[in-house]
Amino acid sequence: MRIIVCIKQVPDTAEVRINPETNTLIRDGVPSIINPYDTHAIEAGLQIKEKTGGKVTVLTMGPPQAESALREALSMGADEAVLLTDRAFAGSDTWATAYTLAKAIEHIGADVILCGKQAIDGDTAQVGPETAEFLDIPHIAYIRKIDDIAEGRIVVQRLMDDGYDVVESSLPVLLTVVRELNVPRMPSLKGKMAAKKAEIRKLSAADIGAAEESLGLKGSPTQVRNIFAPEVKTDRKMFEGTAEEKVDALIKELVGQKCL
Amino acid sequence: MLIKINRDKCTGCESCIQSCPFDSIVMKDEKAEITETCQFCRSCLNVCPEGAIYEIEEASDKKEKEEGSGVWVYAEQRDGVIAGVSFELLGAGRGLANKLGTEVSAVLFGATEADARELIRWGADRVYHCGDELVRTFNDEPYADLLSGLIQQYRPEIVLAGATPIGRSFIPRVAARLKAGLTADCTSLEIDEDSKNLLQVRPAFGGNIMATILCPHTRPQMATVRPRVMKRGEYDESRQGEIIPVKTDNVRSRTKVIETIKEVSDISVNLQEANVIVSGGRGTGGEKGFKLLHELAEALGASLGASRAAVDEGWIPYRHQVGQTGKTVGPKIYIACGISGAVQHVVGMQSSDIIVAINKNPEAPIFNIATYGIVGDLFEIVPMLTKKIKEAKGL
Repeated sequence: MRIIVCIKQVPDTAEVRINPETNTLIRDGVPSIINPYDTHAIEAGLQIKEKTGGKVTVLTMGPPQAESALREALSMGADEAVLLTDRAFAGSDTWATAYTLAKAIEHIGADVILCGKQAIDGDTAQVGPETAEFLDIPHIAYIRKIDDIAEGRIVVQRLMDDGYDVVESSLPVLLTVVRELNVPRMPSLKGKMAAKKAEIRKLSAADIGAAEESLGLKGSPTQVRNIFAPEVKTDRKMFEGTAEEKVDALIKELVGQKCL
Repeated sequence: MLIKINRDKCTGCESCIQSCPFDSIVMKDEKAEITETCQFCRSCLNVCPEGAIYEIEEASDKKEKEEGSGVWVYAEQRDGVIAGVSFELLGAGRGLANKLGTEVSAVLFGATEADARELIRWGADRVYHCGDELVRTFNDEPYADLLSGLIQQYRPEIVLAGATPIGRSFIPRVAARLKAGLTADCTSLEIDEDSKNLLQVRPAFGGNIMATILCPHTRPQMATVRPRVMKRGEYDESRQGEIIPVKTDNVRSRTKVIETIKEVSDISVNLQEANVIVSGGRGTGGEKGFKLLHELAEALGASLGASRAAVDEGWIPYRHQVGQTGKTVGPKIYIACGISGAVQHVVGMQSSDIIVAINKNPEAPIFNIATYGIVGDLFEIVPMLTKKIKEAKGL
């Protein structure tokens, strides 16, 4: 089984804030991590390999420093790492990212492609399904369990709002995974040593035969017009006085609004 | 559009460097320079004390867009029941269509013609309805084939869908196929007065910032919206509209749903339907604090919510979580106790009619969105509130 796991290096968003005066991101000292959902995709890839044999390739698109995310994935046990990097990729939205990843996946070859359900910086959950569309293969999103995988066929549980669906698909297939799927393993000491020395394969736009007009900012149908800090409500009432006076004032308001 | 720096005016003061959220301004030969990672977000435009930063329009900006008109809403159903978000999208779609002077159409796969009529009463002028067996259960490929075919045939300018497990799974396939811009989880949709483009506002970076997204050159402009974010429109029993039957020709599916298992927890359903929610954060300090909230919730007949911080601490199960990575709720009253108000939480509850914030820290951001605020210790305030509400209700 040829398995590709798509990962993304993201800022640890719990710590990203906006400066309300300049409306810009405060990113000093924000650490970079592997998108947490993607670590579950890596684990799923390793487990499939352990069951069926084959090879796990981790793939990321990003600047040269994304190499550290790939090395971390290698230390967990991935066999090979590919860094898609080219200045032409800069400014890609989900459409252009998915197009680029699909070109790279075609180039490498895969039976199963795994992604985290979404990245915690963008939270769009779009790149996985869009990549499947570009590859002209089926996808199943929000996988919480892999029931069975064999030559040419897979059965998984897809998380829905009201429970889950058991879904069967032909291979090749793209799966996006949720946290319930598994517990990602810790890198072993041996894995860490090997990852340090491993060679990372680099692919450029030319290597994957991508069409220039579909890449980066130029290939992106969406544009960010501006960013801003979330709104502040101005008509709020703050109650003053002792604790009891405040509580009484609140109850009076709620009664006035016919809420009680 | 391009953003440029006039090198003659630039004094090398570096004040623009920090303004760039994407690290796209660098110093070169003591002058600022914009690199190719620029996202044209315009954050730097007004920060230069010398006015050296300016924008220019490129010829490609005026590129003719493909024709198209009408606002479409993908109306989702599961087990023949139309999802509430569909009615909310019809409300939002109606508002956009009125501004554009165009019509609203709904697209319904599965369910019955009676359901299609219901969509008309909620604001659709027209419903494209496919009642075929093949689309009764959700599978990505037939849904994507059918919807992209309809869009190519009728060319709407805007397509809205719910940011649900179904919408978030197959709508991206449609966008990829049509080379259409798709913006996820929009919290506000407006029409730009000048360009008539759809202004799509969404949270990013875990909700710590908001971004306005445009699709200036492509049609349709596609967006998903989470449930309970938009308000439903007017329900009009007498509203008339057209139902256009759609057939499934040439659609294929390489996936098949073998079985559907329901696992609904009463509490999570309750949260999204609740009229009143009492919610706790890190300030509750643990299970003891949540016990007080539970008593208040009982007195109010409310459901119990929580912030991610409280869930991460293990004080309360995940199904109670409200926010970007939890549930989006929109009750009549939301009482936030010991919740700081990180945007991650706020995006999940800001459409509540009345927000009551109780927090020790007068600087807590939760007060920025509160209707009523009490600065104080929740261990003192909450039990007092519970007691007085019981008295007021004569319990």
